[in-house]
Amino acid sequence: MSQILVFAEQRDSKLKSYALEAISEGRRLADAAGGSLSVCVIGGGVSDLATTVAGYGADKIFMADDAGLSTYSPGSYAKILADALGASSASVVLLSSSAMGRELGALLAAKADASLLSDVIETRWEGDHIVVKRPVYAGKAFLKIAAKRAPVVVTLRPNVFPAVEKAGQGAVETLAVSEDSKVTITDTSLKASTRPELTEASIIVAGGRAMGGPENYKIIEELADTLGAAVAASRASVDAGWRPHADQVGQTGKTVSPNLYIACGISGAIQHLAGMNSSKCIVAINTDPEAPIFKVADYGIVADLFEVVPALNEAAKELLA
Amino acid sequence: MKIVVCVKQVPDTETKVVIGSDGLSIDPGEVKYVMNPYDEYAVEEALKLKEAAGEGEVIILTVAGEEAQPAMRTAMAMGADSGVLLKAENAALADGLSVAKALVEEIKTLDADLVMAGKMAIDGYGHQVGTLLGELLDMPVLPTAKSLDIADGVATITRDIEGGKETVTAKLPCVITAEKGLNEPRYPALRGIMQAKRKPLEIKDITLADAGVEILEMSYPPKKPDGRIVGEGPEAAAELIKLLRDEAQVL
Repeated sequence: MSQILVFAEQRDSKLKSYALEAISEGRRLADAAGGSLSVCVIGGGVSDLATTVAGYGADKIFMADDAGLSTYSPGSYAKILADALGASSASVVLLSSSAMGRELGALLAAKADASLLSDVIETRWEGDHIVVKRPVYAGKAFLKIAAKRAPVVVTLRPNVFPAVEKAGQGAVETLAVSEDSKVTITDTSLKASTRPELTEASIIVAGGRAMGGPENYKIIEELADTLGAAVAASRASVDAGWRPHADQVGQTGKTVSPNLYIACGISGAIQHLAGMNSSKCIVAINTDPEAPIFKVADYGIVADLFEVVPALNEAAKELLA
Repeated sequence: MKIVVCVKQVPDTETKVVIGSDGLSIDPGEVKYVMNPYDEYAVEEALKLKEAAGEGEVIILTVAGEEAQPAMRTAMAMGADSGVLLKAENAALADGLSVAKALVEEIKTLDADLVMAGKMAIDGYGHQVGTLLGELLDMPVLPTAKSLDIADGVATITRDIEGGKETVTAKLPCVITAEKGLNEPRYPALRGIMQAKRKPLEIKDITLADAGVEILEMSYPPKKPDGRIVGEGPEAAAELIKLLRDEAQVL
């Protein structure tokens, strides 16, 4: 009855942290309805991932492992995922709200004539229907939406759902490789960085307009490195050319939900809040006690970030050693 | 070159959201409406392509109520040639798939070389209509373009992915969705605004396909308890780190 299918995103044969979150949420939904969980893994040299996928609760693993799939191909991946959907007879398909997950989710939804619910932050059963919660209007409201027709495709916001290890049967079924090369990825360049990627980071240190210039981000980077955090920027500092757009958090940038978000010299415009207000703990450092960022912050220091950030770095080094 | 650009009229980001009496959607009362900012990038790119080619046509398409005409007129004031408003009841409650299906019916009659849209609309955050269009039209789709080159009938875009970027290509006709950074949308000049009033804007009544999903409720986010001001100087730093470690347990 209640079969769940999860697409487990990987790059370079490494599962994304949000893939494990999606598998765990799939397991939870399957258990709640007495159903089973299938997970689809697509790539080149990815067969070894079956052990991990089973370790997070997959009953069945649809595996498409082929050298030709090493580079992401939207068309081929979507076709294979549609085959997995057919073979699993799933009523709910979960992916992540990542670049790949959003694209594949929409391609799959069109193929399967299914509705797509994106950037979901909560899922549960109400009777036979899956009901989800998702933010709209820059997080100023939430919608509760019921899927009336199966299948339904859902993308989950990264870093919101817990990844929980739980042994599943992990029976592997090999899927035939379908090719669709209407769209070709001709180059993928991943930045070599010692810092975590923004959407997966559990701690983020962000600098805004008050940074005053690109050279001043050094203190943000130093604090980030002490905490093992990612570095982010507000729209103002990206538009000023101090940081790349890839670092931007907010409505016209990335949406993040880390455990800890430290906003330094960020006033907290609604556009910025839209990208980070689902963070579990928010710290604001700003000279203006009336800045809107303090309205969403759990902790605040009203002071000059150029004094506070280095002091935080020193305190963190000392207290977290 | 014939380019169709799908746009949506949305509340300005600064708008205060008030939930309407239906409990399912916002009260349009005092809301200031604008063209979805990502759609502005799409319109601008279409105009640049037409200008570079020295010929062509840019057609604006939307699924909405009649009140969405201002956004279409804005696109025409920027330079688009004409518009078709697919007028549907309850468009505000429609899901992405039924909107995409309605757009596809119209696009099929237009014989476009290129279909463009914003990567998402800032009201519903659906991130899907453009990509759905591609698959439903059986055209290649290139989502979230930050740059676009078209040469010899092949479109090449770059886009951000987690931790890096990709270069992606497909043959025309195709669908491309616009990301911030693709261009700087022009402001309509007074002359453009005057001309836009005389450009053809057709309103067609349509019925949306049944959505596979139903909105049950719109709610406000839960109120957060007031945060704590730990201090007013760098001397509060050690206290803050201790709170984050011991109380919030996030370090």
